[in-house]
Amino acid sequence: MAVAPYGAQGGTLMLRICVQKNQGQFGLDVDINAPAGVTAIFGRSGSGKTTLVNAIAGLSRPDTGKIVVGETVLFDSAARVNLPPPLRRVGYVFQDARLFPHMSVRRNLTYGGDHDAAHVIDILGLEPLLDRRPAGLSGGERQRVALGRALMCDPQILLMDEPLAALDASRKAEILPYFERLRDETRVPIIYVSHDVSEVARLATTLVVLDEGKVAISGPVGQVLSSPDVVPLLGTRTAGAVIVTRVAGRLLDDDLTELQFSGGRLLMPGQLGEMGQLLRIRIPAQDVILAREAPTGMSALNVLPVTITEIRPGRGPGVAVGLRAGDDQLLARVTRRSAGRMELAVGQQIYAIIKATAVGPEDIGG
Amino acid sequence: MTQLLGPSEWAAIMLSLRVAVVAVICALPLAIGVAYLLARKRFFGRQLLNGIVHLPLVLPPVVTGYLLLVTFGKQGPIGSFLEQVFGISLGFRWTGAALAAAVMAFPLMVRAIRLGIEAVDPGLEGAAATLGASRTRVFLTVTLPLILPSILAGAVLGFAKALGEFGATITFVAAIPGQTQTIPSAIYGLLQVPGSEPAVVGLVTVAIILAMGALLISEWLSHRMARRVGR
Repeated sequence: MAVAPYGAQGGTLMLRICVQKNQGQFGLDVDINAPAGVTAIFGRSGSGKTTLVNAIAGLSRPDTGKIVVGETVLFDSAARVNLPPPLRRVGYVFQDARLFPHMSVRRNLTYGGDHDAAHVIDILGLEPLLDRRPAGLSGGERQRVALGRALMCDPQILLMDEPLAALDASRKAEILPYFERLRDETRVPIIYVSHDVSEVARLATTLVVLDEGKVAISGPVGQVLSSPDVVPLLGTRTAGAVIVTRVAGRLLDDDLTELQFSGGRLLMPGQLGEMGQLLRIRIPAQDVILAREAPTGMSALNVLPVTITEIRPGRGPGVAVGLRAGDDQLLARVTRRSAGRMELAVGQQIYAIIKATAVGPEDIGG
Repeated sequence: MTQLLGPSEWAAIMLSLRVAVVAVICALPLAIGVAYLLARKRFFGRQLLNGIVHLPLVLPPVVTGYLLLVTFGKQGPIGSFLEQVFGISLGFRWTGAALAAAVMAFPLMVRAIRLGIEAVDPGLEGAAATLGASRTRVFLTVTLPLILPSILAGAVLGFAKALGEFGATITFVAAIPGQTQTIPSAIYGLLQVPGSEPAVVGLVTVAIILAMGALLISEWLSHRMARRVGR
C-alpha cells in the first residue's frame, strides 16, 4: 500500500538564501533553496544556524550574497539592497521567546499587528493567557505567545530558532502539537532551526544540515535522514530514517498499533493516532538489525524485506547501510565486522529487524 | 520652624528648588541621549565623550565654576552669543545657577541611566524590529519603558546633587540673595554672621527633609515601576 507524499515537497520556491559571511573563526557560506513547508536547519552549535536566520531577519548583515523570499528581495549585495528588519515581514520566534516584560500577553501579541488575531489565538490556545504578564508564564506558554506574536504581523516567512531548546521534555510534548497544527494550517513557509533530530523528524518537510558554516547535505527530510552520508554529521546515536505510515489496525489485546507503509507493516506499542491517520515515525539506525535470511524464533515483531542501496564505512568501527523498503528508505548501522562477515553488498535482498519499542513516543507525530 | 526661617531664608529655599527642578528637567533628555550613545553605540571619540561627561565629577567644583564663567559669562564665547541672539543672560542670574547645577548633576544622571540601558536585553529591541517597529518606536515602546526606573533614579540623584551644589555655583554666579543664593550658599553666608545659628538650623533641617523626601518618593515610584515592567 503506497502512502501519499507527506506535506508539500518540491513545491514552489519560497526562499532562496545564498550568503557569505566571515566572522572570526568560521565563515558562513551557504546556498539554500527552501520550498514551501517546514525547512529544518540542523547542525551542531557553532555551525552557523543562528547567523543564518539572523541574516534572513536582517539582524546581522552578510558580507555578500542574496536573500529572496517569494518575490521580495530582502538582501542583495550586488544591487546594494538591504531591507531593514521592520520592512522584511519576517516572523521570528527566538529561543528565549523575548516577550516584552512590561506588556500584557495581549499587548505583546498585537505589537506587530493583529492579522488573523482570532484564529491565531484559537490555534495556539492563547485565550486564557491574554491578560497575564510574561513573567508569570511557563516556558511553553511563552513560546506559544512568541509564536502568536510573530504570526499576527502577517509574515511572509516564519523563522524559529530552537524554540523548544530551553524546554524540558514534557513542555516540548505539550507545545509540539501546536506547531504541527500551525504547519498544517498556515501557508507561511517556516525555517526551523534545531539540533534535536526527533523534533526535525516530526516537523520538517525539508532538511538542511549545516556543518562549520557550509551545507553538508540537504533535501526532503526522509531522504536526508535515511542517507548513509548523514551518519557522521548527526552522530551515530541520532541518525535514523523517517517514514510516513498509515494507521491500519489495532491489536487491542496486545496493546499494539499496526502501521502500514510502502515497505510493509510495522507493529508499534500503544494505541497511536486514529484509524487511517498518517503518522511519521523515526527509526534510529542503531535500532535496525540486519539478517541474510528471514529470522525465526525471535522476539522482535517487525521484520521487513529490504534491498541494500548503499554501504558507507564511517570513521569508527561502524558501517552505515542504506536500505530500500518499498518506496521508502531506511538506514541501519552495523559494525564493519558484521558487514564483512555477512558479505553485505549493494543490491542484495536481506531482512531488516526493527524492535517494536525502538520508536519512542516523542518520535511519533501526526 | 517658621520662626527660624526669615524671608531671605525662604527665598533661598524656593530658589534652590527652582534651580534644581529646572536643572534636572533640562539635563534629563540630554543625559538619556548620551547614556544611550555610551551604552549602545561604538563610535570614534566615545572614550573622549565619556571623559568629558565625567569631568565635573572629578574636577574641583571651583574649576568647573571658573570654566563656566569664562565660556558662559557675559564676556565668554557662548555667553555673549546667547545674550546677543536669544537675549538669555546666565552670569549672576538664577539661570546660571541652574546651568551650574545641571553640569554638576549630569555625570551622575548619565551613569544611573546608562546602567539601566545596559541591563535591557538588546534582543528585545531586535525582536521589536522584526515585528515591524521603526527605531523610534522601538525606543519609545520598548527601551524607554524598561529604563524608566533608572531614569527616575538618575533624576533623583541629579536633583539631590543640584540642591547641594555649592562650589561651581558660587564661583560662576556668586551668592546674590534672591538671585543666586541657594540653600548651601545661604548656610555658608549665615555661618559668617554671629548669632544666626537658628536660621542655619532651619535651613539645615529643610535640606535634610528635601533630600529624604526625594529619596522616599523615588524608592516608592521605582518599586511601582519595577512591578509594572515585570521584574
